[in-house]
Amino acid sequence: MDFGFSQEQELLRATARKFFENECPSTFVRARMEEPVGVTDGFWNKLAEQGWLGLVYPEALGGSGLGFVDLTVLMEEMGRCVMPGPFFSTVLLGGLAILEAGSAAQKNEWLGKIAAGEARTTLALTEPNARWDAAGVTVTARQGGSGFVLNGTKLFVPDAHLADVLVVAARVAEGKSPEDGVSLFLVPRDAAGMTVALLPTMDQTRKLCEVTFRDTPVDAGALLGPMGAAWPSIARVLQRATVALCAEMCGGAQKILEMTTDYAKIRVAFGKPIGTYQGVKHKAADMLVDVENAKSLTYYAAWAMDENAPEAGLAASMAKAYVSDAYRKVAGTGIQLHGGIGFTWEHDLHLYFKRAKSSEFTFGDAAYHRERVAQLISL
Amino acid sequence: MDLTLTPEQETFRETVRTWLRANIPEEWARQTVAGSDIPRVEAYDLLRRWQRTLYDAGFLGLTWPVEYGGRGLTFVEEIILQQEMALAKAPPVLNVLGIGMAGPTIIAYGTEEQKKRYPAKILSCEEIWCQGYSEPNAGSDLAALQTRAVRDGEHWVLNGQKVWTSFAQFADWMMLLARTDPAAPRHKGITYFLLDMRLPGITVKPLRQITGDAEFNEVFFDSVRVHESEVLGGVNSGWRVGVTTLMYERLTLGFGLQVRLRIALDGLIEMARRVEKTGRAVTKDPLTRQKLAQLWIETESLKYTGARALTRLLRGELPGPEASAGKITWVDVNQRLQEIAMEIQGPYSQLRRGSEWAVEGGAWAHSFLRSRANSIEGGTTEIQKNIIAERVLGLPKD
Ligand SMILES: Cc1cc2nc3c(=O)[nH]c(=O)nc-3n(C[C@H](O)[C@H](O)[C@H](O)COP(=O)(O)OP(=O)(O)OC[C@H]3O[C@@H](n4cnc5c(N)ncnc54)[C@H](O)[C@@H]3O)c2cc1C
Ligand SMILES: Cc1cc2nc3c(=O)[nH]c(=O)nc-3n(C[C@H](O)[C@H](O)[C@H](O)COP(=O)(O)OP(=O)(O)OC[C@H]3O[C@@H](n4cnc5c(N)ncnc54)[C@H](O)[C@@H]3O)c2cc1C
Repeated sequence: MDFGFSQEQELLRATARKFFENECPSTFVRARMEEPVGVTDGFWNKLAEQGWLGLVYPEALGGSGLGFVDLTVLMEEMGRCVMPGPFFSTVLLGGLAILEAGSAAQKNEWLGKIAAGEARTTLALTEPNARWDAAGVTVTARQGGSGFVLNGTKLFVPDAHLADVLVVAARVAEGKSPEDGVSLFLVPRDAAGMTVALLPTMDQTRKLCEVTFRDTPVDAGALLGPMGAAWPSIARVLQRATVALCAEMCGGAQKILEMTTDYAKIRVAFGKPIGTYQGVKHKAADMLVDVENAKSLTYYAAWAMDENAPEAGLAASMAKAYVSDAYRKVAGTGIQLHGGIGFTWEHDLHLYFKRAKSSEFTFGDAAYHRERVAQLISL
Repeated sequence: MDLTLTPEQETFRETVRTWLRANIPEEWARQTVAGSDIPRVEAYDLLRRWQRTLYDAGFLGLTWPVEYGGRGLTFVEEIILQQEMALAKAPPVLNVLGIGMAGPTIIAYGTEEQKKRYPAKILSCEEIWCQGYSEPNAGSDLAALQTRAVRDGEHWVLNGQKVWTSFAQFADWMMLLARTDPAAPRHKGITYFLLDMRLPGITVKPLRQITGDAEFNEVFFDSVRVHESEVLGGVNSGWRVGVTTLMYERLTLGFGLQVRLRIALDGLIEMARRVEKTGRAVTKDPLTRQKLAQLWIETESLKYTGARALTRLLRGELPGPEASAGKITWVDVNQRLQEIAMEIQGPYSQLRRGSEWAVEGGAWAHSFLRSRANSIEGGTTEIQKNIIAERVLGLPKD
């Protein structure tokens, strides 16, 4: 029994920490916030050179064949620097969907390119109904012509404006259950009748889009996975992405804790560093407790993913429920303990505070996952 | 990262499981109180026998050295045992302070003679231990303790008073901190004694708690003569030794606490399934589901936080920040669990033992009241937070 990171993983952490300190300081993050793209080609290529864009893809498909515990380490470091750009959407949403559901040909076509930094993708799943379950999928894919015709609106789609190809969830038939009848399609960026509109977001480090389909034709080869039976794949992708997101959130929360304790040691009020006062100390201790428990649940979920453990879904929901609350609380307390300076645009805290908020609702908030836990423990 | 067990550990698990199935006393199932984490007075006899049975089967002191009555195994086996006891809803061990604190401290600091003399009898429950740290004027600020020990030849003569001393009314021995050099700085003049509770001059007065039970006591010392061979870890070194005890308390009791919490939570969920509110099982109420799920999540998080702390221990590393999160989380979750148990029972939560209307014999009313002590005993939550802020986060001392 060993519930810690290996030497290789610690090395990955050290490498990543240094890399992001150099390549992704907050000046870089802020510049990306101001423009629609959210990433530079130079930065993206460096991620590819490090092997991080294909970290969890099999070696045979151009990846590094590492696991979710390894990914956890990387995600924590990305969260620490509030990394902007389409990593999540490309590698962990669209990419994982292709890995999960794709044919050999589809995987060969896309995953190598993603890992090499040559292609970007995303998963267009959620809609104006803002649901994360199968019932939320109402965009239709009608069989017609040589393939399918898509109609409807996707909302909150991350980085759709940057994707070379979108993985779109659509309903091909009304089935007996909501899960029944959902398919995935690979839709190229220039598909006819598809419009992508970038949405102004509170967390400017995460770009979200509205994607509308008006009689958008896709050919039969665009079908990803079995006809009408893609939901299990989608669920697996969501589960995995959820765990990766939790790790990213843990990294951000840890960084806020460090920023705050560092500040509390030097900021003087009433003749002493504010960290001397119990009102500050006890809040800092609460932050630490939240951060440590968040990590414990996240690491466990990552391990359960790697092991394909039967309780992996439960583990992912436990983690997301806890981490959603923890990151929000820690970020809020971080601002509080900084006083007026924490409320400024200039200070980096708001980048984390906003990331905490957007992450809270991504893949379902705490209440959603607590209900899932309740179901999974047969309440 | 690997949470799997070796084949030997799996075998150990199987052995424990089979043994428990055959050996949990039948009376326990009847007396058992799902929400209770602390042995109640009326169960002491049963629990004494139960601990002896566990000891005879070789399931106690797993991590202690073989030469002092232990089994020389690792904390992994200890955790397996605790988990299996939870799953089987086994009774707790009675001599918790002996096993969790006195034994490990004696093994760490004792002379060869002391190590041969005490630990085995702690495990077998032949000798029950209590902890004499707190005094009327020294609680959180333990180093303010005033109980005096003055040298007289081969003996030390004790005068003073302890308070809140759990189990003192049954205990055979006490871990005692007393001031031996009043002139020295506060932390430097304290000595740790192993005190025979049958010595003349010791008076124990039970104190009734808010539960109505008398679990803790006042203990008075009137010129009690303790032989110098009962000093543990050297004269005036008691602070260091005493703090070690507290570290063991957090570690060893920590594993057990998570497990007892899980038993309580399972009990709560079972109870909730039987309770109806406005025509449906309360477990179908969305708000209650949220609360129960949150308890579940945090109880699990304690397990994995514990596993991270344990990993450091097994790797021979220093305890990390995760080690400090345990007690605070446990306290918070257990107190919330007890509140939710009351909430689920609604008006029935007002009833206690004696009413045939009381839910599960009024057991929850007791464990609810008992849980208020969690954030006080073993170091208050405020003190735990000070420790985290200063020692782990490095914030300046006042
Ligand atoms: C939106 C906004 C509008 C404002 N408008 C005005 C304005 O119009 N005019 C004006 O004069 N000011 C204004 N302020 C300033 C505001 O009054 C200060 O920010 C506030 O008094 C805190 O001071 P500080 O920022 O220096 O934080 P600090 O005093 O450095 O405090 C930092 C942290 O330490 C804590 N702390 C400090 N001392 C102690 C202690 N003894 N015990 C426990 N905790 C302690 C604080 O609670 C805080 O959490 C404004 C601030 C904001 C955010
Ligand atoms: C059920 C139970 C069983 C116990 N069993 C034992 C036992 O077997 N042996 C034993 O030795 N003791 C035992 N204790 C005593 C326990 O360790 C003390 O009660 C505890 O350490 C607190 O001390 P106190 O009661 O003197 O409270 P105080 O120290 O007077 O504290 C009062 C309040 O002030 C707060 N406070 C104190 N100092 C600070 C500070 N620096 N910063 C912020 N807040 C502070 C505390 O957190 C608390 O809320 C037991 C207690 C209980 C409730």
